[in-house]
Amino acid sequence: MTVDGRVAAGSMRDVVERSDVIVCCGSGGVGKTTTAAVIGMDAARLGRRVVVVTIDPAKRLADALGLSAGLSSSPQRIDGLGVDPGVGGEMWAMMLDTAATFDGLVRTHADDDEQIDRILSNRFYRNMAGAMSGTQEYMAAETLHALHNDDRFDLVVVDTPPSRNALDFLDAPGVLSRFLDHRIFKLAMLPTRSGLKVFGAAAQPIFKTIGKVVGSDVLADSLAFFQAFSGMETGFRERADDVVALLRAERTSFVVVASPRHDTITEAVWFAHQLDDQGVGVAAAIVNRVQPAFGEIEMPADIGVEGPEVEVPGVVVPGGAVAALWRNLGELQQIRNAELAALEPLVALTEPAPIALLPLLDGDIHDLGSLDQVAQHLFP
Amino acid sequence: MSENPLRSLTAANVVVVAGKGGVGKTTVTAVIARAAARSGQRVLVIELDGKPALDELLPDRDGEALTVVHLSAPDALEEYLNDHGFRRIAKRLNRTGVIDMVGTAAPGIDDVVVLGKVKQYEKSGEYDLVVVDGPAAGHAVTFLMSATGLADAVRGGPIRSQADDVLELLAEPERCMAVLVTLPETTPVNETIETAFALEEDVGIRLGPVVVNGVDQGTDLPAPDDVDAALQAAELDHAVIDVLRDAATFRRSRRAMEREALDRLAVGLPLGQVQMRALPVAGLDADDIDALADELIAESGS
Repeated sequence: MTVDGRVAAGSMRDVVERSDVIVCCGSGGVGKTTTAAVIGMDAARLGRRVVVVTIDPAKRLADALGLSAGLSSSPQRIDGLGVDPGVGGEMWAMMLDTAATFDGLVRTHADDDEQIDRILSNRFYRNMAGAMSGTQEYMAAETLHALHNDDRFDLVVVDTPPSRNALDFLDAPGVLSRFLDHRIFKLAMLPTRSGLKVFGAAAQPIFKTIGKVVGSDVLADSLAFFQAFSGMETGFRERADDVVALLRAERTSFVVVASPRHDTITEAVWFAHQLDDQGVGVAAAIVNRVQPAFGEIEMPADIGVEGPEVEVPGVVVPGGAVAALWRNLGELQQIRNAELAALEPLVALTEPAPIALLPLLDGDIHDLGSLDQVAQHLFP
Repeated sequence: MSENPLRSLTAANVVVVAGKGGVGKTTVTAVIARAAARSGQRVLVIELDGKPALDELLPDRDGEALTVVHLSAPDALEEYLNDHGFRRIAKRLNRTGVIDMVGTAAPGIDDVVVLGKVKQYEKSGEYDLVVVDGPAAGHAVTFLMSATGLADAVRGGPIRSQADDVLELLAEPERCMAVLVTLPETTPVNETIETAFALEEDVGIRLGPVVVNGVDQGTDLPAPDDVDAALQAAELDHAVIDVLRDAATFRRSRRAMEREALDRLAVGLPLGQVQMRALPVAGLDADDIDALADELIAESGS
């Protein structure tokens, strides 16, 4: 089957209709955020109450959505989509705030205000909430879970952090659990005769060594965090299990996004394999910024001055301006052909899931109109 | 345009190539390294994290001294800890756990350890030029800021002295500079301008010229009026005329967009610009890198 043939009308729409959660994954710079926004627009027009969560939105996208003050960490409603009032769909957009989401989890699971304060003001915790590897993915999944249970919305579309590994996202909720499971945590929690756990733990050889490397202040902060966190592990772990269950739910769809270049296609194929291995499967693939086709005409053999090699004999066209136009067409076709060849592996792997090729536009995306241009190709 | 692009791109011992995902940072790294090696320099390329791509783009070529090494932040941190007395006591503990904990307790420690290795290579005297392909997730500022953050948090010990060494490296313009890579499009240009100012203010690292990757330097197009006249005179089929005209219109507006982005970059950033042309392919291979390196050398008149 040809690639173009797979862009069956409405097939992306089927994915939207049968999903409560859509996760867009792919490597950095392939247009995941734009894709998520376009899916959100279409879903709203179908009558869904959709919220789009983005990780690292460019200012330009916020502008395009009419949010000139930028996206905020709570959902904002997007106006001017032209949703049929009888249909009643809504689109909301928000930006992931990793640290604030983590703080919210701590507040939910802590026993009292004193514990909340001790944790939130701890430097090790602040580092962890802001930067520990996997935290961003974990909080994206957590946010997704919270929005899924929010009555205002019936569809959540999320773009994932630009990690190399699809499993980083799928496994993210387990990151903290595993971290807390480490023996090191248990060591830090060992009661000591003095009752002063911080000093007791710091005397363990392992912590002495860590202290030598990172300094004793930093070590003391870390141990204080582990102690303050004590008692919350179970709550965190149960919540993480819920989030994982949602990611694997039947009405959660994973959409792989790529650009038509060998490197991002290789990544997309890798993502798709990983999802498959996890029994999740790819609901659709979207390739952004494909060089458009300009029609099914063949190049003449002689265009007057040196031009691309072509196979139609016997046609002679005047040189000069027309030759330049033929050369232009030839160059654009050459790029398109190279791109179509590059995305073959993704086409083969994701079959029979729909694959949509979105064309490179002749302008950039700066308003709802240009997002609409993309939408028309995704939802023909 | 810089007068001698190759010289200005390789004007320090260490060149850190930085840019967001998808802008072609790795291919630009490869082109700079290849061109420098071809000009007789002993070049080391350092690839950080991510999937190794540079081995394939930079195969051995006769008469050129070019080496590729991979450094991964977690591995570098583990090695560092092992060298500092961790191995003896860690046997029965979960290694990743300790590494996660150290990495979280002192964020940026893995980046500092990596930059410390870069400094070691620079000091070894074995290379005339070290080119670093920036971290995969592309946060050049965080990566280069790591030493500043650690120096604030950690008051003494081996990590502190390593952070100090790294800060020294970053502050010396003859030893180290950053080259930003972007695309001739609105959003990448906006982000590059922001990153450049952040690097200058927060890190204080010297900035080399900005490399604009994928600039359309293909066939020249006639003016729209000439297009119409020529197409009428050519007596072509209507369908063909439409296709030719549409393709020309499309390319012209893409180019106008590129020009607008390049102009805004020039106004927004008082740095040199080096352009690399777009090739009609879906990803560069080693031969393409050679070709672009030769063009860079030719432009540099050497």
